Amino acid sequence: MFTLITRRLIQLIPTIFFVSVLIFLLQQLLPGDPALVMAGEEKDPEVIEQIRKRYRLDQPLPIQYLAWIGGVFQGDLGESMRLSEPVSTLVAQKLPVTIQLAVMAMIFTLGIGIPAGIISAVKKDTAWDYVVNVVALWGISTPNFWLGIMLIFLFSVQLGWLPASGYVSPFEDFWASMAATIMPAFVLGNSFAGVIMRHTRAAMLQVMESDYVRTARAKGLDERTVILKHGLRNALTPVITLGALEFGTLLSGAVLTEQIFSIPGFGKLIVDAVFNRDYAVVQGVVLVTATTYIVLNLLADIGYILANPRLRT
Amino acid sequence: MTTLRRTLTWTASAFLLAASLTGAAAQQSVLRIGLAEDPDVLDPTRGRTYVGRIVFASICDKLFDIDDKLNIVPQLALSHETSADGLTVTIKLRPGVKFHDGEAMDAEAVRFSLDRHMNMQGSFRRPELSAIDKVEVVDPLTVRLVLKQPFSPLLSQLTDRAGMMVSPKAARELGERFGSTPVCAGPYRFVERVQQDRIVVERFADYWNKDQVTIGRIEYRPIADATVRLANLRSGQLDLIERALATDIPQIRTNAQLRMAVGVDLGYQGVTLNLAKSDAGRQSFGRDPRIIQAFSLAIDRQALNQVVFNGSAMPGNQWINPQNPYYQSRFPVPQRDVARARQLMQAAGVTGPLAIDFMVPNNPEVRQIAEVLQAMTAEAGFDLKIRVTEFATSLQEAEQGRYQAYMLNWSGRTDPDGNLFSFHGCRQPLNYSGYCNPAADALLNEARTKTDPAARKAIYEKLTEILLAEGGIVYLYHRPVVIVHSARLEGFQALPDGLVRVVGLKFRGN
Amino acid sequence: MALTSTGVGAPVRETFESPGARAWRRLKKRRTAMVALVLLVLLALLAIFAPFIATHDPTQQSWRAVRQAPSLAHWFGSDEVGRDIFSRVVYGTRASLSAGVISVAIAIVAGVPLGLLAGYVGGWTDALISRVTDAMLACPFLILAIALAAFLGPSLQNAMIAIGITATPVFVRLTRGQVLSIKTEDYVEAARAVGNTKIRIALRHILPNVMPQLLVQGTLTIATAIIAEASLSFLGLGQQPPAPSWGSMLNVAQRFLSNAPWMAIFPGIAIFITVLSFNLFGDGLRDALDPKAK
Repeated sequence: MFTLITRRLIQLIPTIFFVSVLIFLLQQLLPGDPALVMAGEEKDPEVIEQIRKRYRLDQPLPIQYLAWIGGVFQGDLGESMRLSEPVSTLVAQKLPVTIQLAVMAMIFTLGIGIPAGIISAVKKDTAWDYVVNVVALWGISTPNFWLGIMLIFLFSVQLGWLPASGYVSPFEDFWASMAATIMPAFVLGNSFAGVIMRHTRAAMLQVMESDYVRTARAKGLDERTVILKHGLRNALTPVITLGALEFGTLLSGAVLTEQIFSIPGFGKLIVDAVFNRDYAVVQGVVLVTATTYIVLNLLADIGYILANPRLRT
Repeated sequence: MTTLRRTLTWTASAFLLAASLTGAAAQQSVLRIGLAEDPDVLDPTRGRTYVGRIVFASICDKLFDIDDKLNIVPQLALSHETSADGLTVTIKLRPGVKFHDGEAMDAEAVRFSLDRHMNMQGSFRRPELSAIDKVEVVDPLTVRLVLKQPFSPLLSQLTDRAGMMVSPKAARELGERFGSTPVCAGPYRFVERVQQDRIVVERFADYWNKDQVTIGRIEYRPIADATVRLANLRSGQLDLIERALATDIPQIRTNAQLRMAVGVDLGYQGVTLNLAKSDAGRQSFGRDPRIIQAFSLAIDRQALNQVVFNGSAMPGNQWINPQNPYYQSRFPVPQRDVARARQLMQAAGVTGPLAIDFMVPNNPEVRQIAEVLQAMTAEAGFDLKIRVTEFATSLQEAEQGRYQAYMLNWSGRTDPDGNLFSFHGCRQPLNYSGYCNPAADALLNEARTKTDPAARKAIYEKLTEILLAEGGIVYLYHRPVVIVHSARLEGFQALPDGLVRVVGLKFRGN
Repeated sequence: MALTSTGVGAPVRETFESPGARAWRRLKKRRTAMVALVLLVLLALLAIFAPFIATHDPTQQSWRAVRQAPSLAHWFGSDEVGRDIFSRVVYGTRASLSAGVISVAIAIVAGVPLGLLAGYVGGWTDALISRVTDAMLACPFLILAIALAAFLGPSLQNAMIAIGITATPVFVRLTRGQVLSIKTEDYVEAARAVGNTKIRIALRHILPNVMPQLLVQGTLTIATAIIAEASLSFLGLGQQPPAPSWGSMLNVAQRFLSNAPWMAIFPGIAIFITVLSFNLFGDGLRDALDPKAK
């Protein structure tokens, strides 16, 4: 087991290296000259030259990459061209927002996904199964942005119950913060509920066929106890580890949701940066998200290994 | 026991504190403004965006401002005088003005700020002030600008970012980081900024015109989606929004809680045609000016206005809108004439549909316009192939001439020269069409030296004739600038540049 | 660690009933999957026979009838330049279905050989392929797709390529995991002992056993790909005007939400029905192909 975990830890390094190369190259492939975009209407050849020099756009790619990665090792993610702010500052500003959104979304994901999975497994091939299936798959089957628009239309424009957009920190005003983030969190969480439902369902089906559940049934325990106490507890382990994995996906899945609700998190930062060709921001933010994802992935794997005695070799 | 008493005392004082805070909050009002985009760096020397100018309007006063008729009026300056030969401009400054850090806004500071605009690395103000040779301090409240040659648009440059004065002390200390905590002499001082979330400014107690400033704090919040921006205004999350959609005007009108100001954009929306930027241009619109005229005649500007803007835009055919004092009424907006357009195409030797690579920036409204243009010009023998291109890419494509027609919008400047010179002058930075006519160039330069508006207008008349016949831009219309605010807010004055002046605003009942 | 799939583990073993027939029998039992299948067939027919079903030319503008509410003349209303939304939704089926199917085909064609290679050859080849796969999976899906679509230039075709490339790692990982679990099975060992070449073993013995999983994953990925296409079109990086796609219709509709909500509602419902059908069908397929289930 120990060697297995060590091996996974070692694998982390090349993976993160490839991430850094991948995003760097992808960026360079993008058409459009960042200096031109930055200057916009104030296009002045001399200033454009100055920008190119300042951000090393006039140097060969390998040099640019080494300069960037060298900075990363010293904790310097570079500087946003558009905002003239260090990328690390931006990341520090946005990360709490995205984490809050992801945590709230996770509550929706698990709150919808797990019950749906249980019902779907226990009541397999009945009307209950079908209804619950459609409900849980609803989120995965609608584009986030559309659901977001529709919710804004209903709850903000028509009913006026919730703010249409914007963000308030929970430390500033807790309830205002909840009001501002509940719709985006629902939209985001909803879109992953289907995945969790599938996993829960598969795990439950497997567990329900297992010997100890049969034994529990044979002991004459009532069905509810069998399902919740014996079935669910065993089925939940892989689901929770998968949940951790999905949390990583949530962090990056917020891209369009944040855009629609004007939530100033990672997603909005990165989409704007891609369209503005703000290289340092794209690189920095993707690197941070990808690393988070990889680490969560690793933790999920370790959890999975620990939960599965058979794999402990 | 002691602990309990202490706790009680603490709780009581916390309550009292909370009560006094809420009391203060009731008096000190906050104005929340919804912006269409997140501004770029808040340094007047390095700022580039329109939306940034909206925020500058509250933190950085300028030497001059414009009024609702586009006249230049003093702000930090008191008066100005241009010498007879047009080579020196003497500016008298308003006495007793202070920067947010308490430093005096005097002639020395003006010289410092202008020098910074002209010389700082990465300054975008350099071309705007290129006519200035040097800035001299005459006395603590007088500066003299010595020009290389007469330059009529100079004063209007000083009504915008180039005229914003920054505290020399702060600028020296902060250097490049000045934009993260700007220190100017405007009615509000910068408090904090959370990127893409909000910019907060508070009332500056020592402002020279402080009696007119009653609102304690302003929060600028970028919300890209216009529908969402409006929804926030309606639900009371915002007090004022800029750039509301023209199509929402009818429903805003019927809402008793809202007030609206509709102005006409200082800029224009037009189609830039590649004439000589590359072979792609020389083989299409560059072949014969009659193709340009046919293109313009094929467009029904009224119908376009109806479809896209519910009739709230102003159709146009020149680089300034028909309300502008420099508009040449001898050349009115043409009526659509498909028959004539076809004749012109024939005369130009075009047989069969003329395929045009039509580059359209990726924006739903602009795409809608492009689709309507596609349908309209098809009747005159054009086959516009719409190529939606990301804005960032489109700039480079235009720069390299990889297009034949390009949907490009210009946000506009107060002086007509700002809408004109760089677009039609030979090899100027914004001349994407590649148009170059020495006669037109001479007129462009001559107009810059005339300080008398009538003389300038006469030169522009000749220029208009040339450019409408063969220039590289077909002008379509001028957008409505729709600013909507809550009925609680009073004293809002719409100005032609569409920026939000915060001096004089107050909440009803305050 | 292949966590992408659950349920199916061991290879499908021969019984007296052929695997295909058995799967079909089981699939028929699952009603949601059958309803989904019928819907998918109907959608395919809609796409093929769009010209006969649409009531209007989907690109015909009518400037006197912009943003009209649903009526007998325009069942789903008209859009911002007066085009018939019903007809555009019908034609949009083509863009969405082909975006889903073609991008997944690209992902399979690219991903399966790489997965076979990684799983079968092992060593450095495996390490390289796996790490790059991990790296791609770690980057936000939509950001990769946006960047690729922007690089290739906005068009439906390029959006498909971008989505296909972005979805490839899923198939690499899936195939590799399956190969690893099958590689040591007796019949593969036997084939090797008889002297079959590696390629032959991979194609004849391993690939068929990966097929059920691929089918399930493929169907579910089509669902994701359709959403991705809609998202790219929503950002203006997909289908180009005037040709209709549901995502680009939503992109436009966003501006008119409060005064023409039908512009957003109908294309959204179309996406929902299509994607839900693929999801339900994929789930049914997974159940039907699960060798462990009864």
